[in-house]
Amino acid sequence: MNTPSIATTAPLLEVAGVRKTFARGEAGQLLVLDDVNLTINPGEIVGLLGRSGSGKSTLLRIISGLSRPTGGTVRFAGEPVTGAARGIAMVFQSFALFPWLTVYENVILGLEAQHLPREEIQRRADAAIELIGLAGFEAAYPRELSGGMRQRVGVARALVVQPRILLMDEPFSALDVLTAETLRTDFLELWGEGRLAIGAAILVTHNIEEAVQMCDRICVFGSNPGRILTSVPVTLPRPRNRLDPQFREFVERIYVEMTARAAPAVALRPERFPGTGIGTVLPQVSTTVLAGLIEAVAGPPFLGRADLPEIARTLQLEIDELFPAAELLQLLRLAEVEGGDIRLSEAGLTFAGADVEERKALFGKHLVNYVALAAHIRRVLEERASHRAPKSRFLDELEDYMAPEAAQQTLRAIVTLGRYAEAFLYDDEAGAFTLG
Amino acid sequence: MSKAITGFPAAGRSAPSIADVVAIALVIGALALLADGSRGVLGSLTALQQEPISLDPHALPGYAARTTLRMLCALLLSLAFTLTYATWAAKSERAARILLPLLDILQSVPILGFISVTVLFFLSLAPGRVLGAELAAVFAIFTSQAWNMAFSFYQSLRTVPRELNEAARGFGLSPWARFWRLEVPFAVPPMVWNMMMSMSGGWFFVVAAEAISVGRTSVALPGVGSYIAAAVAARDMHAIGWAIATMFAVILLYDQLLFRPMIAWADRFRFEQEGSARPPRSWVLDALTRSVLMNRLWRELRRWARSLTALAPRRPLAMAADVQQYSGRIDRIAASGVTLLAAAGAVEVVRFLAPEIRFADVLRVFGLGAITCLRVAVLIALASLVWVPVGVLIGIRPRLARVVQPLAQFLAAFPANLLFPVVVFSIVRWRLNPDIWLSPLMILGTQWYILFNVIAGASTIPAEMRLVSRNLGVRGWLWWARVAMPAVFPFYVTGALTASGGSWNASIVAELATWGNQRAEAVGLGSYIATATGSGDFHRVVLGIAVMSLFVIAINRTVWRPLYGLAERKYSM
Repeated sequence: MNTPSIATTAPLLEVAGVRKTFARGEAGQLLVLDDVNLTINPGEIVGLLGRSGSGKSTLLRIISGLSRPTGGTVRFAGEPVTGAARGIAMVFQSFALFPWLTVYENVILGLEAQHLPREEIQRRADAAIELIGLAGFEAAYPRELSGGMRQRVGVARALVVQPRILLMDEPFSALDVLTAETLRTDFLELWGEGRLAIGAAILVTHNIEEAVQMCDRICVFGSNPGRILTSVPVTLPRPRNRLDPQFREFVERIYVEMTARAAPAVALRPERFPGTGIGTVLPQVSTTVLAGLIEAVAGPPFLGRADLPEIARTLQLEIDELFPAAELLQLLRLAEVEGGDIRLSEAGLTFAGADVEERKALFGKHLVNYVALAAHIRRVLEERASHRAPKSRFLDELEDYMAPEAAQQTLRAIVTLGRYAEAFLYDDEAGAFTLG
Repeated sequence: MSKAITGFPAAGRSAPSIADVVAIALVIGALALLADGSRGVLGSLTALQQEPISLDPHALPGYAARTTLRMLCALLLSLAFTLTYATWAAKSERAARILLPLLDILQSVPILGFISVTVLFFLSLAPGRVLGAELAAVFAIFTSQAWNMAFSFYQSLRTVPRELNEAARGFGLSPWARFWRLEVPFAVPPMVWNMMMSMSGGWFFVVAAEAISVGRTSVALPGVGSYIAAAVAARDMHAIGWAIATMFAVILLYDQLLFRPMIAWADRFRFEQEGSARPPRSWVLDALTRSVLMNRLWRELRRWARSLTALAPRRPLAMAADVQQYSGRIDRIAASGVTLLAAAGAVEVVRFLAPEIRFADVLRVFGLGAITCLRVAVLIALASLVWVPVGVLIGIRPRLARVVQPLAQFLAAFPANLLFPVVVFSIVRWRLNPDIWLSPLMILGTQWYILFNVIAGASTIPAEMRLVSRNLGVRGWLWWARVAMPAVFPFYVTGALTASGGSWNASIVAELATWGNQRAEAVGLGSYIATATGSGDFHRVVLGIAVMSLFVIAINRTVWRPLYGLAERKYSM
């Protein structure tokens, strides 16, 4: 038997200076992860918190050895990770169960791969199925199960191989609120009682409350490129109660961290491409959400200035929707984001009080004044006698500055904004921008 | 100031652009093809028979145009058939009870055997004219294209999402408007895919359809198919090479000018609300949509189509209610009518065959059927052993799959006749057993259905499923057994079903191969039908076709249907 003192001091996993780039045709390389450093100690649940597309899942795949980093190293239990690492198991957002295998067959898949004797497989599978609360469902096919039960199978399948690290990639975000909460508390209960027999867990999430509830430490992830902005230890005692003022305070703190560090990234972007400014990657946000957010912040009880966690709860917005919307408003100079708060500008307040036509006029003015790409499209359309320009023309220009996917997304975003503001029209069938 | 400088290209935009030039060239080209192809259709048949097929490569472009036009006509016919037959089957449950099994049987009848029977009928429609032979050829190609399109359309009509249907009814759309506004657009994407498959299938029968020879009647319509037949008869290796090159070029042109644009266009009808990650593009479609002139023309066409639609009845016909009332009685009358017809048909077959065919003959034909059946089974098994693993390995590499898919499609279109020279020569030269060595010709064109279905299946395996198996260390045999094979199973069944049906059909060409005056013959039902056709013995042709149809139907019911059921129940994602 090894002595516990040594086992607990040596880190289980060390991620050092990990970079990841994807080759992107002519546009060169897309940097998705930059200089990520992370240490996981035995007995920890560590959260990776950030928006979707920030590279969290890529990092998880690198840790598990399913994807190779472009630079940097990953060491698991002291050994460098070079291929799919045994001892690291994954749980997926989409459950990733095999529809043609029963619950039992899904659970034993990893054990079969290790060529264990039948009795051993049977014994371990039964134990895991019992532990996770799947007893009685062994012969069921995944399609017969509810989402919650499916994810239980996903967890059992990962646990049964007795991993030393459990990686969970947004495991609860495909579930409804109640089911997700039940699964979380069940997991934490088993974890607290030490019945999961795993060394540590990494939880990828974009839900701040989930991270605060479950983790011992939260790494806040920034996007473009993905990197760890800060690491916050969660010192709250367990079990944690969401309604506890201390808990709320902690959530607020994380919001502040996330806005303080993430927001300037967008504001600074135009300066990174002097002259044009069209290199800003625009997030895809519905104009209904934008208008709704302005109205909510302008109205009582906020009256022009709101706490982000509170407005998120009021509007039931995930940070995945809230943050891009807030940043876009900031880009349009309709609002400012700082210290976990959003504050409407003069124009933002005018917008809130205006009727539909005035709103569109104001929005259009700000769009053309402050969003370089919108101004550029307007200018090109005005200069042409036909007042018509193909989408591909702008797409090519954007691809000089960003990855093709980001260019597509940015163009879709500007189409939405331009249509709303009636600054220009877009004919999808012909793939062309036109002036109204 | 800068306005003046940028003004130049801007002014240029309203003048005809390159897109216009391309669009005009395409349209005029299509018209010229039509005019060229229809030349001589009304000419006399004897004149055609006196003018032999030229093996000069310079004649090939003209032949290719004629063949292409024939196939297009057949495709349009198939489309018309699909829109009526499948709609009828989907709208009326009563009709479906007869129409669906009928379609299933029509699908199982070997087309190549069929041709000889239909050709005389069409020739008699327009005696002494080329038109009759043309109709026969188009009909033959039609029978190789129509059935799967009809099935696909029927399937789509039955699966129109209920809320869309309810919305259409709620807004008071007439059945006519609902058909064009909702049902047809919904069915477009699978239809386009099936049309491509049909086109590949059609090529395979072009040779048989154009160079028609039944007993003493022999007609060679100018076309690539006749060219190939003539080249085989003259043992002209160069001509074979030219024919292959021409086919390749024509299939490529088809793909670029017709199917790519259709796929890109059909993408907008996909029901998923989210845009696809990488929407299919086509330069032809881009040119057509970007062209100012084309847009104007298109608008006019649409207005014209709309005014046509306005003529259709706006209200659902009142008849429906009346029919309901007599429903039970009508059912009984229809059922007895169909039974009577079927009985009359059976009597007619027996009456037709009885004087010439003895019971021993029937037994013998069934024996030959069993031999061909064994051949098909072995070949499908062999092809599966090879192409399932290869297809999986290609399918999980999307970039490779994009290259191989069109290649497999081309190979599926490749007529077996083109390989006759090699095979017959080898068999004669090394005195090989034709019973074994002619068999590969049967699966030559059809094995690709297995390949491209498996590729399609493997490329739908979700990325996360593959990550899970790697994470759990699932490798080697375990990976094939638990992950890959179950995932492609439903797709494999579709491919193997198509391949098996196609192989039966191909046996008529493949079991009796000729190269000039050399011939190699394998014992089997295919060569039986081919021989009977060659000597104009219709009794034996009909007997052969009937027995082959029975075999195909029996195999569909006992093997493929149950496998389909299994695939749907257990293996669908």
